[in-house]
Amino acid sequence: MQVLVDTMPMRLEVRRGERIDRRHTFGFTWNGDRYTAYAGDTIVSALAAAGERIFSRSFKLHRPRGLLTASYIDPGCMVQVGDEPNVRGAHRLVESGMTVRAQNAWPTLRFDVKSANQAVGRFLSAGFYYKTFMKPERLWPAYENVLQRFSAGGVVSESSTHGLYDKRYAHPDVIVAGGGPAGMAAAVAAAEAGAAVLLVEEEHELGGHLRWAGPDALDALEKLRAAVAATDGIETMTDSVVTGRYDDNWVAVLQRSLPHVKERLVKARAKTLVAAPGLIERPYVFEGNDTPGVILSTASRRLINMFAVKPGHRAVVFSANADGDAAAADLERAGVEIARLVDARKGEDIVRVSGGKGVRSVECNDGAKIKCDLVVTAVGWTAPTSLTNMSGDRPAYNPHAGRFFPSSLPDDVLVTGGIAGDGNLDQLLEHAHAVGCEAARRSAHIGRRRRAAVPQSNSDEGREGPGDSPVAIPELPIAGHPELFMSRTHGVVDYSEDVGSKDLVAAVKEGYDSIELAKRYTTATMGPAQGKLETVNAVAVVAAATGSTIEATGTTVWRPPFNPISLGALAGRIFEPVMFSPMQPWHEGRRAEPLVAGTWIRPDHYGDPAAEVRNVRTNVGLIDVTPLGKFDLRGPDVPKLLNQLYVNKWSKLGVGSVRYGVMCAEDGVVLDDGVTGRLEPDRYMMSTTSSGAAALWEWMENWLQTEHPEWRVCLTPMTSAYASINVAGPKSRELMRRVAEEIDLSPEEFPYMRVRTGRIAGVDGCFVWRIGFTGELGYEIHVPASYGLHVWTTLIELGADLNVQPFGVEAQRILRLEKGHMIVGQDTDGLTGAYGADLGWAVKLDKQDFAGKRELVWQSENDDYFRLVGLQPVDPSEIPPEASQIIEGTKQIAGRITSSRMSPTLGRSICLGFVAPHLGAPGTTVTVHLPDGRRIPATVMPQLAHFDPDGGRVRG
Amino acid sequence: MMLLPCPHCGPRNSSEFRYVGEGTARPDPGTATIGVWRDYLYTRSNPAGWTTENWFHRAGCRRYFTVERHTVSNAVRASHRPAAQARTTSDPEGLSAGTERGPDAGPG
Repeated sequence: MQVLVDTMPMRLEVRRGERIDRRHTFGFTWNGDRYTAYAGDTIVSALAAAGERIFSRSFKLHRPRGLLTASYIDPGCMVQVGDEPNVRGAHRLVESGMTVRAQNAWPTLRFDVKSANQAVGRFLSAGFYYKTFMKPERLWPAYENVLQRFSAGGVVSESSTHGLYDKRYAHPDVIVAGGGPAGMAAAVAAAEAGAAVLLVEEEHELGGHLRWAGPDALDALEKLRAAVAATDGIETMTDSVVTGRYDDNWVAVLQRSLPHVKERLVKARAKTLVAAPGLIERPYVFEGNDTPGVILSTASRRLINMFAVKPGHRAVVFSANADGDAAAADLERAGVEIARLVDARKGEDIVRVSGGKGVRSVECNDGAKIKCDLVVTAVGWTAPTSLTNMSGDRPAYNPHAGRFFPSSLPDDVLVTGGIAGDGNLDQLLEHAHAVGCEAARRSAHIGRRRRAAVPQSNSDEGREGPGDSPVAIPELPIAGHPELFMSRTHGVVDYSEDVGSKDLVAAVKEGYDSIELAKRYTTATMGPAQGKLETVNAVAVVAAATGSTIEATGTTVWRPPFNPISLGALAGRIFEPVMFSPMQPWHEGRRAEPLVAGTWIRPDHYGDPAAEVRNVRTNVGLIDVTPLGKFDLRGPDVPKLLNQLYVNKWSKLGVGSVRYGVMCAEDGVVLDDGVTGRLEPDRYMMSTTSSGAAALWEWMENWLQTEHPEWRVCLTPMTSAYASINVAGPKSRELMRRVAEEIDLSPEEFPYMRVRTGRIAGVDGCFVWRIGFTGELGYEIHVPASYGLHVWTTLIELGADLNVQPFGVEAQRILRLEKGHMIVGQDTDGLTGAYGADLGWAVKLDKQDFAGKRELVWQSENDDYFRLVGLQPVDPSEIPPEASQIIEGTKQIAGRITSSRMSPTLGRSICLGFVAPHLGAPGTTVTVHLPDGRRIPATVMPQLAHFDPDGGRVRG
Repeated sequence: MMLLPCPHCGPRNSSEFRYVGEGTARPDPGTATIGVWRDYLYTRSNPAGWTTENWFHRAGCRRYFTVERHTVSNAVRASHRPAAQARTTSDPEGLSAGTERGPDAGPG
């Protein structure tokens, strides 16, 4: 049943500075009931205006939770909006028709059966994850199931659309993190000094605490906002957050509230960073401090002044500072009865709050028990030293001020505002102005130095920029503040993770007596609030429990992200190139099944790979092999390079010849293979595997640049400059005769393993090598890429009577397996040496030097390596899946299948595989363990080739 | 992400580069014992401090170069072409000598 809750009993009359627009009202639902909000309301401010006080259930104990900070970090206000989980309800603005639900509560928010956890809370104490669900091991899957049900958080929809998550790169001179008064003043000063400034504010508008601090503050805010708007060179991002600072001011900014884009991750390289995050008000630890109705003084002031919402009817204010007193004054003006102002400066304290789903009374240290529905605390501040911590600084505790301050910053990071000190607004703005000027000066200096490091022709002189004498930054006064963290009772420290002061004390007693250990053991500071509310309280509790001081205990390290960040934003748009050959339109016309091969999309087959194989064996087939790596090598020292890269010899390769070569890395492991041909006396063309092309280029450059820069070799990658077509089959010579000009195709003039250049299908500048990966008579044509489609279609047209057909990667894999040609990376792995891959015949150890030589010498003397052999299952219909293990006895692994297919030519299954040294002799029967548990026998063949081992067909 | 000073292109995002490794001299495979060779392949000093290492400017000039980097602070105090390259008298690409620069630590 839907209830219409369209009244706003807690809404106050119109007030200056409110951010809601009462001319626009929206309807939305909360747990199925209808509510009304004004434009500019957050989900939580609208619900609070309607009198709602419970917004979630706590993580472990399922205690009812209300609002605490009424800001982005409010730990009790995470809600589900439509199909989006974990939305910060005290930050997200209400939109018309929004469907909002409570998380972590079942069956309802008001009656949650898991709140029974409170009764068994002692079992959910510190480290319960580590203690409770350990034994017996066989129940782990059941434990996992139970724990998943109990985990907090919303529901992820599997059917929701992904949405567009954008990415942007930015290069500002100065990033100002925080758009409060100090951030705004620093941004204006830096921009006036000529810097390009990016001003980032987490909330929906600039202003910081000026938004809720009375008429004088609103006057100052109007002036500052006008100055930001009027100053050129400031880009302002609101509802955006600096989530991390990395080396050399690489700064991650998450930008929200964008049209058409869900979120955008801005990766900015700033020359200087100004951290102006302000201060976060710290909660107070006492019994019942998480009861709905216990809120911070800033939350109270935000609700009243920004949203015109009355936080309660009768309040007790616990104040240790002027902001608490101001909050009490605000409450009074808003018509809230102040039952008592408990003044911490006079030694007064609050001890416990009573009430389950809302505050009913509060007990003070003088024994007074006061009935009320609202408790407002103002016990001090936490400086969010997150960005400075990420800049290498360890914050230092100042007991006089009762908070941490940055201690030593790198020159490209500055701080202003509350993180730097106190003082009145004029002092704050004066400090921020100086910091902004200095940030601009330093950024200009860094920019000049970086430009000077770039070799360039035009000099950098005459560029405008601030001078180079440092700007004097005035010291901000530091106000004294009582050190006030915890009452004499225990309470919640980490609201997100449901960790209490009792848990921290227990952790210390169990020996986790350093703050970093206690943090990990209890998970305090590890929840969505990420320490912003609870770190210093946790430190204080641990310090007290260890009999130490806060200075000596230190604080935990703040790491990115500063605020939770969606996985969508991190994944973002993917800038990964996809490559197609020039023949792709033809393949698509023939409905080729695409295969993703690295960055390339290739035809896997055109419908029936077995038929493609048979056509190559009987007629002629065409395969698009454009992704083959191709390198043009020129210069007198090319043979030296080839001798260095390949394990075999190259000095005597004649013009017009090609040779198969194997490359090994320096550890003797097979790196790549391919053929290289000599086109002219000083010009060679090298081919590599498709997947190895990119790495091989770097590998060759490494030899040329670092080991042998004296070699005169010019290396040019040509992979995508040529389209490559392999013409294979007994009728390939006949087909080639119809397209080749200037090339004599007779077996005498163009025998096996030769290369010729000439005109193909009217296209000049082609080269053709006669090789046979498929085991058939074959020609590999390389044509300038823009003519690839033309040559391909000409071959198809002119070969119609020869029954020319295309074949794809799958048919080629079968063909080469029949022929016993291994594929590097498929039939070898990261441990396969040249000898193990049956390539010992190619290794010429008498060469003075080549890559991998020392290890290959060792391998040749120690032949205990697994070796690649041809294998045939005894049952010709069994096709063992690739990676099936070869076993000996019952358990001993003695090899594995690397390639396995049904051979259409032989009508039986054929394999390549590795076997242990003593199983390598031809005729040995080995046992293959199939994934379904069966074990089948297979026979080791005399050679890798299953078909035409003598190579009569390729030489024909 | 740190900036790495390429001697040809100036300071660039380290994601443009491939880390090759700590600079090690390649022994003569004809005379090195297998132990010496495996030291060359696998043993690195991995100091918490200054180290001499090779990088490749993959998404830039595609040149290999050597930097001295502090592994704790990521400060770079020298960046130059590989030692073997500097030895040679010929300079086929007409590259200028490598730049020497101080750590990028802000104005002094």
